[in-house]
Amino acid sequence: MKTYQQHEQSRQDREEMDRKQSNRGDIKSAGPDVESTSPSAPQPEIPRLLFGDLWDYDPAPESTEPFPIEKRYEHFIGGKFVSGEDYFPSINPATEEILFEVPAAGQKVVDQAVAAARSAHQRYWKELSGAERGKYIYRIGRMIQERSRELAVLETQDNGKPIKETRDVDVPLAAAHFLYHAGWADKLDYAFPGAKVSSLGVAAQVIPWNFPLLMAAWKIAPALATGNTVVLKPAETTPLTAVMLAKIVQEADLPPGVVNIIHGAGETGSNLVQHPDVNKVAFTGSTEVGKLIQKSLAGSGKKLTLELGGKGANIVFEDAPLDQAVEGIISGIFFNQGQVCCAGSRLLVQESILEPVLSRLRNRMASLRVGDPLDKNTDVGAINSRAQLEKITSLVQAGEKEGATMVQLSCPLPEKGFFFRPTYFTDVAQSHRIAQEEIFGPVLTIQTFRTPEEAVQKANNTFYGLSAGIWSDKGSKLFKVAGALRAGVVWGNTYNKFDPGSPFGGYKESGFGREGGLHGLLSYVEVK
Amino acid sequence: MAAKSTRSKAGSESKARATVAKTYKLYVGGAFIRSESGRVMAVKSGDTFVANCARASRKDFRDAVKVARGALSSWSGKTAFNRSQILYRAAEMLEDRRAVFVDRLQSHAGFNEAAAEREVSVSVDRLFWYAGWADKFTQVLGGVNPVAMPFFNFTLPEPTGVVAVLASSTSPLAGLISAIAPVLAGGNTCVVLTDHDAPTIPCDFGEVLATSDFPGGVVNLLTGSRSELLPHVASHMDVNAVALFGGSKEERVLLETEAAENVKRVRCFDDPPVADWASSDHQSPYWIESFVEWKTAWHPVGL
Repeated sequence: MKTYQQHEQSRQDREEMDRKQSNRGDIKSAGPDVESTSPSAPQPEIPRLLFGDLWDYDPAPESTEPFPIEKRYEHFIGGKFVSGEDYFPSINPATEEILFEVPAAGQKVVDQAVAAARSAHQRYWKELSGAERGKYIYRIGRMIQERSRELAVLETQDNGKPIKETRDVDVPLAAAHFLYHAGWADKLDYAFPGAKVSSLGVAAQVIPWNFPLLMAAWKIAPALATGNTVVLKPAETTPLTAVMLAKIVQEADLPPGVVNIIHGAGETGSNLVQHPDVNKVAFTGSTEVGKLIQKSLAGSGKKLTLELGGKGANIVFEDAPLDQAVEGIISGIFFNQGQVCCAGSRLLVQESILEPVLSRLRNRMASLRVGDPLDKNTDVGAINSRAQLEKITSLVQAGEKEGATMVQLSCPLPEKGFFFRPTYFTDVAQSHRIAQEEIFGPVLTIQTFRTPEEAVQKANNTFYGLSAGIWSDKGSKLFKVAGALRAGVVWGNTYNKFDPGSPFGGYKESGFGREGGLHGLLSYVEVK
Repeated sequence: MAAKSTRSKAGSESKARATVAKTYKLYVGGAFIRSESGRVMAVKSGDTFVANCARASRKDFRDAVKVARGALSSWSGKTAFNRSQILYRAAEMLEDRRAVFVDRLQSHAGFNEAAAEREVSVSVDRLFWYAGWADKFTQVLGGVNPVAMPFFNFTLPEPTGVVAVLASSTSPLAGLISAIAPVLAGGNTCVVLTDHDAPTIPCDFGEVLATSDFPGGVVNLLTGSRSELLPHVASHMDVNAVALFGGSKEERVLLETEAAENVKRVRCFDDPPVADWASSDHQSPYWIESFVEWKTAWHPVGL
């Protein structure tokens, strides 16, 4: 067997040959590059990927024309769109232009929505057979598929994420969640051996802005399948696809009040989860807010699930398939601009392969295209809001101040909009804020380890416990490390994969309860 | 006098010979220890003095959590089969001491003979039942998930960690065992506080645990005051979950409020009248599920 060093030598030899062949002398590098703030930072050892430097990409924007956005959208309560008060704007984070406005729900609107959900649970939804419920849920899934292009275009404008992600990930997965759960509605007797389950009643659901439609699907589909009715509050910066989902629910002719969607910020969410006639609370968002919700529900008897923050470790062993690992590192931290609770935001690299990994990573980062989210070639779009951009910026400044070495893609950014360059830090200490706090942006910290034990110790050295990645070609090591990591989702030789049948959720302060799969149903039923 | 009353059933013989009185202590880290506070609770049966039981302090609780944390890897690292065998062994040990518990439940806790017999039978059977679950609930409740991509994807339970159990105040043995057996079957370690009028019974149960091959620190039994220790249980940052049996509304509010500080899993269970603990309503694999974390793993499938 070849040792790693021999492998690496032969790989470098091959790459050297490739470089000689492709460097025809007359091609000047014009593409984006990565820049380091530190003059001592190591330079790439292997050449950049050169496929893009003979010509510029033409703009390839997805058309928004077929999908006009109205000036104003409303709450959806009891099957009807109802106007409200205190309208606030939602902007396109890539252009900073106002897209539309929605009302902020006060206590009165929250009361109305919960009452509508309660009435729908008692009058219709609880009485309906599982088979009938399933057909309604199925309709929603199909109609999301039918309007998938529209939903993708609208989501990209409201959220700022690249169209290739909304088109290929958010929207198809949202549809898949409804289709998967439709089939559970009449099979719950088989889901929980030896137990009888019943619905809880009214579910209050508060979701974040990073996957607006997908999170709505994660929340609504299992709740409906298990016979609950819902009041959902989308994030205040991304209500658009929730409104579209409400339209789909209306067109799918669900009994009025089974799904209610109200708009507003934190205060609305707080009023909703604390409403005395709510039986179930499901929250996805920051650990800080999750703790406040857990406190506020103390003694209420409401069933609670929390899907909170993370600081996922992505561990690369020296026997890993390096090219695949680098793809996993890229998708782990730059997917959705890193605004992902399960992002692989802490890269742990075995010391012996740090340089090969770093050079490949810089190389791959240089091919990332940052810019217009509607452009089909864009890899990294806009940060969702100015507030989030400021948070990322301040944490990155803290990283520099604390002595870590920053390397950043030196690409041009659009003049307007909230953009942040893909970034990584080396020379990161475990105590640095960038290694401890969830940045929720395209910022990776890189640390090294020598032994698997050290990797596990570093990976678990966090209050969070949502996700982790392991890269190794040795199966026994992969299983051993997967078992030792205190994280709810572990990706082996892959990262950031999602499926409606795959339970998702955290250990420790990343929350409790699961979403998706058989185990996600447990969050929405009473077991007897 | 104390010795005499704890062996009141010895009858006429007791007049001739004074029995050796037992000291009732906390069971922490596999050892029987006094409270660091030096405090005791005088246990009485009617007007008759029975024993001085240790009254655990906040420091005792904190020490026990540390011990339970230390024991977690040895307990959760055992094979499920081995955990199962040790729980079976505990059932054997309890069955073996049946006469002692039937006697104590009558003389210390005011049970009549039939009720005492039933309490012990339920306790042994419940331990035996959960022992069998230890290497099966993973298969029944876990699973392989058919994802729409070429990946092998499965979901398995892992222990939540250190669980604080605030055990039944109605049933000193069956209630206690119904609380800790699912926690142990799931691979957790625990610190149990019993606030019962007859705390000698849980103390005696510690001797069953001590002879059942549990690694020291897997189960730690404290006797004391729930109202005194509840705030410290709730706010302890190295406790992962709390199981509360019974408890007032105020206690639940306090517990769940403080528990949020480190996102503890809080499970509140009924504490039914002592006779009702025999019901199969009080045993369930879903009680094991209450104290596990589901881990989902993905791996590509391909050539």
